[in-house]
Amino acid sequence: MIQSIDYVAIGAPLALASAAGLVLLLDVFLPRRTPGALGLVALAGVLVAGGLVAAQAAGGGERRTFCVPASGAGPGDGCSFVVDGFTLVLSGLVLGAGVVVVLLSMTELAERRIPPGEWYFLLLCALTGAVLLPAARDLATLVVALELVSLPVFALTALKRYDGRASEAALKLFLVSVVSTAVMLFGVSLLYGLTGTLHLDRLSAALSAVPGASGVVAVAVVLVLAGFAFKVAAVPFHFWAGDVYQGAPVPVAALLSVVSKAAGFAGLILILTTGLREQAALWGPVIAVVSALTMTAGNVLALRQRAALRLLAWSSVAQSGYILAPLAVVGGNAFAASVAYLVIYAAMNLGAFAVVMPVSRTAARNELDDYRGLASRRPVAAVALAFFLVCLAGLPPGLAGLFAKVVVFRQIVEGGLGWLAVVMAVNTVIGLYYYISWTARLFAPAPSGPGRVPAAPMPVSASVAVGLAVLVTLAFSVAPQLVLSASG
Amino acid sequence: MSWIPIAMLAVPLLGAAALLLPRFAGGPSHRYGLAVSGVTLALAVVLVAAFDYGDAARTQFATDLPWIPGLALRFHLGVDGVSLPLVVLTALLTFLCFVHLAGRPPHRPRALVFTLLVLETGIIGTFLALDLLLFFVFFEVVLVPMYFVIAIWGGPGRRAAAVKFILYTLLGSAVLLLGLLVVWAQAGTLDMVALARGGGAGIARSAQIAAFLAIGVGLAVKAPMWPLHTWLPDAHTEAPTVGSVLLAGVLLKMGTYGFARIAIPILPEGAAAVAPWLGALAVVGIVYGSLACLAQRDLKRMIAYSSVGHMGFVLLGFATLTPVGVNAALFGNVAHGLITGLLFFLAGAVKDRYGTADMERLGGGMLRRLPYIGSLLTFACVASLGLPGLAGFWGEMLALFGAFRPAAALSRPLFLVFMAIGGLGTVLTAAYFLRMLSRVTHGSPAVPEGPPVTSAEEIREILGDEGPVEPVAAGTAVTAAVAEESAAVLAPPAEPVGGRAALRDVTAYELAAWVPLVVLTLLFGLWPKSLLAITTPAVQAILSGVGS
Repeated sequence: MIQSIDYVAIGAPLALASAAGLVLLLDVFLPRRTPGALGLVALAGVLVAGGLVAAQAAGGGERRTFCVPASGAGPGDGCSFVVDGFTLVLSGLVLGAGVVVVLLSMTELAERRIPPGEWYFLLLCALTGAVLLPAARDLATLVVALELVSLPVFALTALKRYDGRASEAALKLFLVSVVSTAVMLFGVSLLYGLTGTLHLDRLSAALSAVPGASGVVAVAVVLVLAGFAFKVAAVPFHFWAGDVYQGAPVPVAALLSVVSKAAGFAGLILILTTGLREQAALWGPVIAVVSALTMTAGNVLALRQRAALRLLAWSSVAQSGYILAPLAVVGGNAFAASVAYLVIYAAMNLGAFAVVMPVSRTAARNELDDYRGLASRRPVAAVALAFFLVCLAGLPPGLAGLFAKVVVFRQIVEGGLGWLAVVMAVNTVIGLYYYISWTARLFAPAPSGPGRVPAAPMPVSASVAVGLAVLVTLAFSVAPQLVLSASG
Repeated sequence: MSWIPIAMLAVPLLGAAALLLPRFAGGPSHRYGLAVSGVTLALAVVLVAAFDYGDAARTQFATDLPWIPGLALRFHLGVDGVSLPLVVLTALLTFLCFVHLAGRPPHRPRALVFTLLVLETGIIGTFLALDLLLFFVFFEVVLVPMYFVIAIWGGPGRRAAAVKFILYTLLGSAVLLLGLLVVWAQAGTLDMVALARGGGAGIARSAQIAAFLAIGVGLAVKAPMWPLHTWLPDAHTEAPTVGSVLLAGVLLKMGTYGFARIAIPILPEGAAAVAPWLGALAVVGIVYGSLACLAQRDLKRMIAYSSVGHMGFVLLGFATLTPVGVNAALFGNVAHGLITGLLFFLAGAVKDRYGTADMERLGGGMLRRLPYIGSLLTFACVASLGLPGLAGFWGEMLALFGAFRPAAALSRPLFLVFMAIGGLGTVLTAAYFLRMLSRVTHGSPAVPEGPPVTSAEEIREILGDEGPVEPVAAGTAVTAAVAEESAAVLAPPAEPVGGRAALRDVTAYELAAWVPLVVLTLLFGLWPKSLLAITTPAVQAILSGVGS
C-alpha cells in the first residue's frame, strides 16, 4: 500500500532536519570554519520552520498524515501524525525557544573551543524531535521522537570536552535517560501487548475492552508515567537536574529546561488525555501526588543553592510540579492550563538563562554572589533578569507568571483538588524566597575589592536573545489571552 | 467609561516608567516624584469634587473593559462611598511622602521615586478594582516595591524584615487567591458589583464559610489581625520613614478594605458564621497590641504595635456586621491612616535628629528642646489614643457601640464581652501613649552631647550616600551637617539647656508634609459626618445580604 504524505503537515520537522544536514555539509566544505555563519544557517532553519508553523496556524484547520485507515481495529482514523492546535502551540514554543538557544549558542561558540558544525547539527536534530513529538499520535512515533530529543542532548552536553564537569553531566544524563527510556518502552510494550494497537486514539477504547487485566494496565500506566517523569524531572526522578544543569553549557541547560521539558510534557499530555483517557481514575491521583512532591522538592532544594544554574535547575523542577498539577484534574480541558503554563514558563525561563549566559563568561563559578551589584554594572541586563525572576516567582510586575499561576490554580480549585491548591500556594511562597533573594542581590551595592573587572560589553547575540525574551514575556504579561486562546 | 480612575493609575505608572529613561540618571528625582504624585492628588481632588454624594452607594466613574477573556478577567474600575476616602488618602499620603523626601533627599533617589510610584499605582488600583482577579493583581503589585523600600532604604535589620514582610504577605495573598477562586468556581462571575448585589446567592453555605475563611486569612495577614501580625513590627521599624508611613497609612487598609468590599458583601453567610471568631481575635489584638506597646522601648516599634491594636478596633467593627460597626471600621481606617501616618513622620523626624528612636536614650524634655515637634507628637499621640474631638475617637467609639448591639444573627452576650474587653483596650491605649509622652516629651532634657549615632546606616541617612562612613568621626560629622543646614530652619531652635547641642526643630518641608494630616484629623474629629455621610449609604448596600 502506498501512503500519500502531506508534506505541508510535516514541513516544519522537514525544514529543521534539512537545515541539520546542511549545517553538517557546510561544516565540511566551508573553507574557514566560521561559527557565526553556521549559526546563521541554523537560525535560518529554525526561522523557516517557525514560518511554516505560523502559516499552518494562520491557515487553520487540522492536517493528518501517515494514516492507517480503519480496518476493524477500532474507532479513530489511525493517523500517526496530526497537526492540530495543540501541535501548533507546542511546535511554536519549541521553535521560539530554538531561536533563543541558537542565539545563546552563538555566544557560547564564540570562544571557539567547541566544534560548531557538530554543535548546530545536534541542536537542530533535538529541535526536530521536539517539533515532531507534539504531532505524534502513536506510541512508536512518540518514543522515537522523544529519543530524537534526548540523544543529541547527551552529546551536546559532552561537547565541552575540556571541562570535566560537562563529561560527568553528560554521563549522568545519559544513564538516567537510557534507564527511563527502557522503563517507558516496557510500559509501551505492555500496552501494545494488551491491545494490539499503537495508535493513541484506538488505545483508549481497546484498553477498556481488555477484560480482567486491570493489574497489568496499572503496571503499564505507571511504567509509562515513570518514563516521562524522568524527562520532565519530576520526583522521584529529579535528582539529575542539579549536576546536569551545572555541568552542561548554558545553552544546553536552557534547551533541557525548556525544549526537552516541553517535549516531555507534550508526550505526557498526549498519552494521558488521548491514549489513557479511560484510565484517568488510575493516573489522576498519581499525578496529583507526584506534582505536589515535585514542586515541594524542587523549591526546597533550590532554597540552599548558591550557584545560579543549580538554582535554575531546581526551580525548573519546581515549575514542572506546577505544570503537572492541572493534569491531575481528570476530564474537561484541564491540560490547556498546563500548556498555557508551559508556554509562559518557557518565555520567562529562557529569559533568565539568556541573562545568566553572558554573566557565566565573566564569573567562572557563576554563583549568586557574582550577581551582586549587577544593576550598577549592567543595568539593562539586571532589570531584565529581575523581571524574569519576579515572573518566575509569579508576582507583579511579572504578570505573565502571575496569570500562569492563576490559570493553574483555577483549574485545580475547579477540579476539587483543594489540598493540591494549598500545597501549591505554600510552594509559591517558598519559591519566592530564593527568587527574591537573587533579585535583591542584583540591586545590592557591588562588592568592592580587587579582582573586580569592569563588565565586558554584552555579546550581540545574547543581547538579542534577552531582548526577544523580554518582548515575549512582556507581551504575555499585558495580553495573556494570546497564550490562553491558543492553548485552550 | 470614565477617564479619572484610569488616569489615576496611568499617571503614577507612566511616571515610574518614564524614570527608566536614561535622561533621568542622576537628575533631581524627588522633584519629579513630587510633580507626578501631585498630579495624581489633583486627580483625586477632581474625583472628590465630581463624586455624586447623593448616591454614594452606587459605583461611579465606572470603567469596564475586557482584558483577559480566558480568565474572565475584566478591567473593571469604579468608585463608591467605601473606596473614595481610601483612594484620596492614598494619593494624599503618597504626595506627602514626596514632600517629605524633597526636604530630605534619600540615597538612590531615582530608584526610590520609581518604587514609590509603582507602590502608589498598586494601592490605588486595589481600591478602585471591581473585579476579583483585578483586585488580586493590584493587591500583589505592592509586594515587590514595598520589599525593596524596606530592603534598600531600611534600618540595620532591613534584610530580614523585608524578607519576612514579603513571605508573610505572599502566603496571605496565595490563600486569598484560593478563596477568590472558590467564589468564582461557585458563583461563576468575577464582577464584585454583581456578586455583592447577589449577596452570596448561588454559593452554598459550606463553600461560603470555606471561602470566607480563606479570603479572611489572606486579608487578615495584611490588616494585620492577631496572631498573623508578627511581620508588622519588624517591617514598620526597619522601613524608612516614607515606607512606614505608606505601610501603616494605606497598605494595611488594603486588608480591611477587602473585608468591606469582598468578604462581607459577597459571602454574608460565611461572614455570619465566622464573625464571632473574627471579633474574638480582634479584641485579643486590641489588648495584645496595647500590652505589647507598654513593653516597647523603640518609638517606631511602639507605633507599629499600636497599629495592631487600632486595626483590632477596625476588625471588631466589621465583626459586628451592623451598619454602625462597619461605618466605624471604615472611619477607623481613614483615621488610623491619617494619625499613624503623622506619627511615623514624627518618629522619623525624631530619629533623624536624635539619631535613635530608643525612648530611654531620647531622654525627656522634647517639648523644651524641640517645641514644635514635641507638641505635634503630643497631638498625634492624643489623637491616636482616641481623645474625643479628634479623628481617632469616632472609629473606636462606634466600633464599641456596634458591638453593644451586634447583628441579629450574632450572639449579643458574646459581643458585650468583646465590647468590655475593647473598652479595656482603649484604657490601655491611653496608658501607653501617655507613658510614652511623659517619658519623651516631658521632663528635662537629659541627652548626651551630640546626637548619639549608633550605626553606619543611620549616619548615611543623615549625611547622604557619599563614601564610606567612619564610625569615629561620625558624631562630629553629623553635628556639622546639622549645623550647616540650620539656615533652613523655620522656627528658632529651642534654647539649648546647659550648653547641649542644639537640634533643629521642624523644617518647612516637614511642616508642609504634616499640616494636612493635622488639619484632616481635626476636621474628621470635629465633624465626623463629613466622612460618615459618604460611607453610610455604601455600608447599607454592603450589609444588605447579611439581613441585619
